[in-house]
Amino acid sequence: MTGTMRYLQIALGVVVIAGLVLVPMNFNRYGLFILSQWAVMTIAAMGLNLTLGYAGQVSLAQGAFVGIGAYAAAIMTTQGAPLIAALVVAIILCFAVGWLLGYPALRVQHHYLAFVTLAFSTLAFLVFRNEEWLTKGIYGISNIPRPHVFGFATNRPLPFYYLCLGSLGLVSLAMWWLIRSPWGRAFLALRENPIRALSLGIDTRRYTLMAFAIGSALGGVAGTLYAPLTQYIDPVPFNLSLSLDLLMMVIVGGAGFFFGPFLGAMIAVLLPEWLRFTQGYYLMLYAIAVILLLIYSPTGILGILDRYLSERRTKTASALRAVAPSRLETAP
Amino acid sequence: MSNLFDLLVAGLATGAIYAVVAVGFTLLWQTSQTINFAQGEFVMLPAFLMLAAMQAGAPFWLAIVIGILLSLLLLGLGFKLLLVDPMLRHGVLPLAIATMALAIDIKEAVKQFFSAEASPFPSVVPAGDISLLGHTVSLQSIGVLVLAIVAVVGLTLFLNHTSIGHQMQATAQNPTVARIIGVPVERMILLTFLINALLVALASLLITPIYLAKFSSGEVLGQAAFIAAIVGGFNQVRGAIAGGLLIGVVDNLAAAYVSTQYRAAVPLILLIAVILFRPQGLLGRPEERTV
Repeated sequence: MTGTMRYLQIALGVVVIAGLVLVPMNFNRYGLFILSQWAVMTIAAMGLNLTLGYAGQVSLAQGAFVGIGAYAAAIMTTQGAPLIAALVVAIILCFAVGWLLGYPALRVQHHYLAFVTLAFSTLAFLVFRNEEWLTKGIYGISNIPRPHVFGFATNRPLPFYYLCLGSLGLVSLAMWWLIRSPWGRAFLALRENPIRALSLGIDTRRYTLMAFAIGSALGGVAGTLYAPLTQYIDPVPFNLSLSLDLLMMVIVGGAGFFFGPFLGAMIAVLLPEWLRFTQGYYLMLYAIAVILLLIYSPTGILGILDRYLSERRTKTASALRAVAPSRLETAP
Repeated sequence: MSNLFDLLVAGLATGAIYAVVAVGFTLLWQTSQTINFAQGEFVMLPAFLMLAAMQAGAPFWLAIVIGILLSLLLLGLGFKLLLVDPMLRHGVLPLAIATMALAIDIKEAVKQFFSAEASPFPSVVPAGDISLLGHTVSLQSIGVLVLAIVAVVGLTLFLNHTSIGHQMQATAQNPTVARIIGVPVERMILLTFLINALLVALASLLITPIYLAKFSSGEVLGQAAFIAAIVGGFNQVRGAIAGGLLIGVVDNLAAAYVSTQYRAAVPLILLIAVILFRPQGLLGRPEERTV
């Protein structure tokens, strides 16, 4: 039975990937923009999911790292550097800053940590806005070029969407590998019981910092894609509400589930589009939907699925147990 | 010198309002582990309720009464019954995130049903200047400061010198034991929510004439109140008061002496420093941490 489940999962995966590649081919410009945005936000939310969902550290600064990545890409590519160089710079920069931001996490937890990261997020926004020599302040940076990948120009929306989708695929594979590696298990141990993890010989200090640094670096990756996607950036999209949005994406999708960020970002990016017919009310409806979902299932959408599956497993198991004694009786 | 004095008075006046908001914030945390990310929006909303009442033809005093009653109903009772009660058993973080969603809801509702523009709001304190210690000070600053201090001192007296106040403190310190010795814990928790609603309505009444009524004004206010609560001490009412006044003054002095561009950064750096070196806050007790 588990065998068929496995095949079903693989088949579903193939169908979804084929759908993501084939269906958008005849989408218009706007549809492709939204889908690319979904891919970019999913990368950022995956980073936050590593920090929050796997390692259990609350962060309200992911939006700031998207901003750092976006500014790195915008500044470097408008100066003529290739996007891949900007990507390397953004990853190193966000990794280092994320590592530093992890230090408070060694001292304080939960809501205190939330506020330290919130403060960082606002500070980063102030730097984006005020350091005009670097970021052009509120005027923003325009005419951000889109890159050439292996000689292919990605100026048109469809190739750029494939670039975003491909990046998402690569990041997903890396993440899949990471959470199944000893590091991933150490992150989980950190979330579940830090003291026990420490007593088992896990260097919790290093892994806490690592969770922040890697999660932040993924925010930077998302940012380097965001800048050429919109081709114009100013400080406004990277204010605190982006961090809050990303946090909601992770929680709504299901923190600590691999596919949580995919779903969460889909809801956060696409639902407002579907609710557009309600005009000004769509954000309100979205927020109400989030509240209702959290009341029903604080572990998000995948939490509902998980609960259903484990209930079914328990039922099957107890049905087997109920049959078992009768078999024993008839056996001799 | 006279400039410094003016800055101090203005800083203390806004700081006193931050303190009022921060006290409500810490009360909710103490009695029901609610980190209310919508606290700033809670301050923004009552002003609009009062404006709506005035547009419907009510005189200013009646609008204030209606605003306070509605905020007790919506931000006190409604908030507790509809959001906190069903979420509380899920833990601190999901509840905190639900309040973030609530903040979006309140903001959007005001923008949609009222106005996206900033509206002027009448002041409860008459305009004008008075002379104080040889300086001219605006009556509004002094009036705001006095009203906020009266509210906070009144609340402290209520908490420390009445039976209900003692029962509320018992509920905050140890709900299980409080229940055993016969404190109606549920009713006390509800009471803290109502007090919070009252405090935010008051803060709204005091701050809106200064900063105008705008749907987005809650963000700045909420953050200032968080910072005040943490800097002063999350588990102490007097900590929140000290934190509020300190943040108000620091914010105003930073605007004048550091830079207007980075004025918002100074309280944040103060916040980070306090969290790193004295996480219980300047006046707080260390919190027993459960692992």
